[in-house]
Amino acid sequence: MYIIESGNVAAALGVKLAEAAVIAAYPITPQTPLTEKLSELVDAGEMDAQYIPVESEHSALAVCIAASSTGSRTFTATSANGLLYMNEQLHWAAGARLPIVMCVVNRGIGAPWTVWNDHQDSISQRDAGWIQLYACDHQQIIDSVLKAFRLAETVSVPVMVCYDGYILSHTYMPFELPEADQVKKFLPAFTPEYFLDPACPKNLNTVTLPDIRPDVRGNAAPGYMEIRHNLHTDMRKSLDVITDIEKDFKEIFGRGGYPFIEPYRVNDADYVALCMGSLSYHLRDVIDMLRDEGIAVGVAGLRVYRPFPDKAIADAFAHKKGLIVFEKALSYGNQGALFADVKAALYAKADRPFVRNYILGLGGREIQTSQLADVLRSSCRPSSTTTDTPEWIGLKL
Amino acid sequence: MTVKTTILNLPEEEYVHPGNRACSGCGLSIIYRIALKALGRDTILVVPPSCLTVLQGLYPIAATQLPCLNVTFASTAAAATGVLGALRAQGREKTTVAAWAGDGGTADIGLQALSGACERGENFIFFCYDNEAYMNTGVQRSGTTPRHVLTTTTPITGKAQKSKDVPAIMAAHGLDYVATASASYPLDLYDKTLKAKTFYGPRYLHIQTPCPAGWGFSPELSVKIGRLAVETGLFTLYEIENGQFRLTGQSAKMLGKKRLPVRDYFKTQTRFKTLTDDNIDEVQEEVDLKWKGYENDCALHAGIEYQGVKS
Amino acid sequence: MEKEFKFACKKSHSEPGPGDGGRTGSWRVLRPIIDYEKCIPAKKNKKACFSCWLFCPDGVITKTKMPAIDLEYCKGCGICAEECPTGAITMVEETLLIMEKEE
Repeated sequence: MYIIESGNVAAALGVKLAEAAVIAAYPITPQTPLTEKLSELVDAGEMDAQYIPVESEHSALAVCIAASSTGSRTFTATSANGLLYMNEQLHWAAGARLPIVMCVVNRGIGAPWTVWNDHQDSISQRDAGWIQLYACDHQQIIDSVLKAFRLAETVSVPVMVCYDGYILSHTYMPFELPEADQVKKFLPAFTPEYFLDPACPKNLNTVTLPDIRPDVRGNAAPGYMEIRHNLHTDMRKSLDVITDIEKDFKEIFGRGGYPFIEPYRVNDADYVALCMGSLSYHLRDVIDMLRDEGIAVGVAGLRVYRPFPDKAIADAFAHKKGLIVFEKALSYGNQGALFADVKAALYAKADRPFVRNYILGLGGREIQTSQLADVLRSSCRPSSTTTDTPEWIGLKL
Repeated sequence: MTVKTTILNLPEEEYVHPGNRACSGCGLSIIYRIALKALGRDTILVVPPSCLTVLQGLYPIAATQLPCLNVTFASTAAAATGVLGALRAQGREKTTVAAWAGDGGTADIGLQALSGACERGENFIFFCYDNEAYMNTGVQRSGTTPRHVLTTTTPITGKAQKSKDVPAIMAAHGLDYVATASASYPLDLYDKTLKAKTFYGPRYLHIQTPCPAGWGFSPELSVKIGRLAVETGLFTLYEIENGQFRLTGQSAKMLGKKRLPVRDYFKTQTRFKTLTDDNIDEVQEEVDLKWKGYENDCALHAGIEYQGVKS
Repeated sequence: MEKEFKFACKKSHSEPGPGDGGRTGSWRVLRPIIDYEKCIPAKKNKKACFSCWLFCPDGVITKTKMPAIDLEYCKGCGICAEECPTGAITMVEETLLIMEKEE
């Protein structure tokens, strides 16, 4: 069934279909309508869940951490400074290996205050040990929420589903609402390995020594470093899980099939524009325009940022002439975070493309189609070289 | 419901393993051991960083025999909320959820989450073991450190400010059960914990907990010094049950009687070593005023207004 | 459809057990020695008093007619001696006891 709803409602309906049992959230623009919808669904009895209106984002994730540790499927959502306020909890949830799913409705970070879209909030949390998925439209939002629960629970790593504030969260688009029985087939019930239980008392996340030590049975238990190494290796392994889940999803729902990179006119392209979120769909119009002008350019939307699908990127783009990375965030004092990652992924390839970096849309600065076209016209040339510092689009100095 | 447990019928079953890392003569060890007896096996604990983190043991061995979730410093009451949410979702609501934090984790960094959870009416018992400074990190001042106390982060004349009255803050949330207790009166704590279990909603127990290392006294004196705090009237044992304030235990017995001078308490601990005679007289006046309030039968008012005058 | 992914999911989940901090009896400088001639339950041969058991921070004293102290874990704080109403417990220096044993 197709319905027309906002991106935030698409996310909420995904959470309802996933049957999250404990939901905690604190309002922040532009995430608010998502949590309002969940509160409404729970209150109306349309969703059998505990909705906990907490007093801060830090507490929202605390509730999810504890509820997940007690064996329930949990969900929260936030934006911008709310995500930053969760910071220590993000690391905690990952270190505790809890399959929490959170929507991050991307918004710029203060100071100065901004409520408009960019990606600095989620990108700044890239090293927290969470898987990060980026959605390009309403269909991907609701689908990603379902995939996120399955992924999180398979690999015991929390997952963020990121989508653009206002551009996706507050716009209304048609999308297909997954059928509940199909969702049940795709997403099995949450069965944690351990949950807090007086019948089997365990003490979770106690101080862990630098070195290994014997447990109560005399077997060696890992030290802090092994536990953290395990998080890393499981995140790397989750790249395979993501591929597998995408395959299953396509079999059941007939959609998707692009686990990491969603290409548009990339196959026969010499140059590829790479970005995350709704911008990749915006760029499709630009690509069509440039193709008409005879420029062999395509666009690829990156769907997974952490774990970084470096092999998929290298395989897809190493033979191209150039890559143009558009980012709504940057690592201040250096360059775009995605840009740096993409260059690193291509480094081992002998015959690699040039890679250029453009920063745009910070704090919701309007991104004009003509600006994107101009940048691509000037970049998509054999004489272009790899840049070290990013260029800024739409900057009025 | 009034229970009166005696040493003889206090359950023998222990919930904390020996051989843990708590200091010799630790007041927390006494109250944790006793309160867990009252909480019983069907309990899930939530604990932020504190001396209890040390007592509980290092991975992979735990001193506590109950399931326990260690959480970030600021999130104790919110995490307890999460445990409760999952228990409700799973129909496991009979299990008691208890949060156990130090004074920092309660009155300072943990206060926002605690206030939020109390306002939401979450069904947990929150224990604050108040050793009146950040002991786990080596004795830094906290919001409950009494005036004149020396810590590693106070001037050489001691803390200049009064401590904050956390039970009164909790009572102001309209909780059905708020009580104070002391490590020197374990049976009183046991009975108050049992009573707390009979209520639904947030319940708060504030326990004064002597700390040999942080307060500067010899370990064998932990119980004696906690008792002196009560017998001098500095620390008051009371309950606020459904809004009704009443003195309990030793404090109730002291009503209308002569109390030990506060000087007796101050001279036992090196943390008070810079107290002047004027300071002591001033505190004595404050304590006398507080007790006059209790005696004038405006106990509820007195309890909230003057409990902060610990020293 | 459901593919199994086996991960060695090692988390920091501790299990209850004694002696996490080692044999804490080795911390002891003073050893509590009970004089059963003075100890109330021992003297009366019935369950009584048990102040030492109540106040012991580490729960290493038995609630028995002849209270026994687990020296493996007793940290030697001396609260039991301080709280004993009949002064039945004396704190004796470990070094003296060791020297005695050697002689």
